[in-house]
Amino acid sequence: MSSARLKVLWLVGVSIALAACAGIDGSGGMTTKSSTGIPLGATGPHPVQPLADKPRFGKPISEADVAAWNIDIRTPDGAGLPPGRGSVAQGREVYAQRCAACHGADAKGGPVYGTMVGGIGSMNSSPRVLTPGSMYPYAPILFDYIRRSMPMDRPQTMTNEEVYAVSAYLLNLNGLVPADAVLDAQSLPKVQMPNRNAFLIDDRPDTQATRCMTNCK
Amino acid sequence: MSSNSSRRNFIRKTAALTGGAFAASGSARPAPLAVPPSNQEAGRIIEETAYGMPSKFEAHVKRRRTDVFKNRQNLSDWSMTPLQHQPGIITPNGLIFERHHAGTPDIDPRTHKLVIHGLVKQPLEFSMDDLTRYPSVSRFHFHECSGNGLTDWLKPASMTVQQTHGLLSGVLWTGVPASTLLEEAGIDPRGKWALLEGADASAHTRSVPMEKMLDDTIIAYAMNGEALRPENGYPVRAVLPGWEGNISVKWLRRIKVGEQPWHFRSETARYTDPMPEGKWRQFSMVMECKSVITNPSGGMALKRPGFYEITGLAWSGAGKVRAVDVSVDGGRNWREAKLEEPIMDKCLTRFKVGWNWDGKPAVLMSRALDSTGYVQPSVQEIQKKRAIVGFVQHHNAIQPWAVNANGEVRNVIGQA
Repeated sequence: MSSARLKVLWLVGVSIALAACAGIDGSGGMTTKSSTGIPLGATGPHPVQPLADKPRFGKPISEADVAAWNIDIRTPDGAGLPPGRGSVAQGREVYAQRCAACHGADAKGGPVYGTMVGGIGSMNSSPRVLTPGSMYPYAPILFDYIRRSMPMDRPQTMTNEEVYAVSAYLLNLNGLVPADAVLDAQSLPKVQMPNRNAFLIDDRPDTQATRCMTNCK
Repeated sequence: MSSNSSRRNFIRKTAALTGGAFAASGSARPAPLAVPPSNQEAGRIIEETAYGMPSKFEAHVKRRRTDVFKNRQNLSDWSMTPLQHQPGIITPNGLIFERHHAGTPDIDPRTHKLVIHGLVKQPLEFSMDDLTRYPSVSRFHFHECSGNGLTDWLKPASMTVQQTHGLLSGVLWTGVPASTLLEEAGIDPRGKWALLEGADASAHTRSVPMEKMLDDTIIAYAMNGEALRPENGYPVRAVLPGWEGNISVKWLRRIKVGEQPWHFRSETARYTDPMPEGKWRQFSMVMECKSVITNPSGGMALKRPGFYEITGLAWSGAGKVRAVDVSVDGGRNWREAKLEEPIMDKCLTRFKVGWNWDGKPAVLMSRALDSTGYVQPSVQEIQKKRAIVGFVQHHNAIQPWAVNANGEVRNVIGQA
């Protein structure tokens, strides 16, 4: 398959790119593609029956009430990034306290996990070296993931400033921001990630196996 | 000649009675039968209350972590279903595979809340008491991790089918259609995607197209006739039938409706498929049609030539299994196996075919077709299209098991 035929998922206009895939199904099968372009598999085997009278048990709640849970970042544009800022230098300190025990000094790998640095340019080699620097298409993924999941022993206990700072530190170790960088909701999404244009929307089925029964090979 | 055929008949009947291909079928004449102690001693009493456990003689039937390599921590880890010991299409709750990203939480259902918010007319909060009051659905589906088979592509690393295919289980899920709750909140027409988020220490998160949420997604609180097990999402989880297991977020606390996918780490840096030219395939949700022979399978031994029932599991995230073919000569010739009812949508389907082993080396394979006409590929066919480097996901290739002249069965993926 030539790269020209591969559909690249772009940062902006993602829904337009996805819509371009809709309805194309090379298999001639019954696999359904959604308006978003993501193959759904078979649909409609269990249609939801309309209820005679629809019970409503949900309790109205305000967005303000959900604030502490509302931690997702839409990573291509950084929507949802909170106020606050953090520098590479601050991040080095936070990293030493909260991260180094598992990930090792300078994020080069530690007792539990491998390196989080390098691998840029390794995607055409085997193995591909997967780090936040080489793999993440969008820099705010770092913020989202660190804030929700890290450190593993005490997740969701770091301040937003600490999360910005550790993000900045890791991006700096990967050569993606300078040593004096200070990142916030405006600057983090602007960091250009090398793997940004490497993603393709699911185009399976991609194999063309046939049902040979005798003398097949 | 006639005594040989009557012995084969005996073996056949024994295998049928025990439901297993490997029932001991002695070549020596059986000894006269004595009355066993269980006939002559009272058994255990019925306890006032109890949760029943398997026989002590079945203690070897357990989930296992991978033994291909050693994870240096066991919080973000996985354990696998012993498919070689599972008859039928339903996995007992204690044997359903696990994959978590930060351990199993113990969540109190009296305080757990599920929230729907974002691009909805009215954000809503649900308690577990609320959720269990809605009209419910119960549906049989397979559940498979996208990483099932990730250690065994071009050469064998795993010995047993538990290790090659055990990130797979068959479950009867019970819960509320996600559409019921989303429609109550009122979806904004701009709301094309939904975020699912867990209440565990990874706060695991995925983006789901709204069409899937409204089609057949279940907000499930029960499995196989009882509450979810803690490791499977207690007290409530999402179940997205036919899609990679990772997206069926466990310990579900939040559904947020949005215009676009969020592109989380778990759908960019992980759970994406390496492709040629340094590319990555993203949002590959459907688990494509697949099958595996569970008996005989790697690590087993056929004691002697004669009749064996070859049986295994087939499934497809794109619909129903239409047929399964089995080869005993490494894929040169195939014959159609019998599919055992019920054959359900996006569900494990059991296939069976009789085989008289002549005592010579053989290579057993199964190949499934689904209701879309899709045919399960070989590893070589997948390799033509994808880059098989590192922890590759969405492995649905044909699994070969080699039987040597001693009857020993071993994994020969990539070699046959």
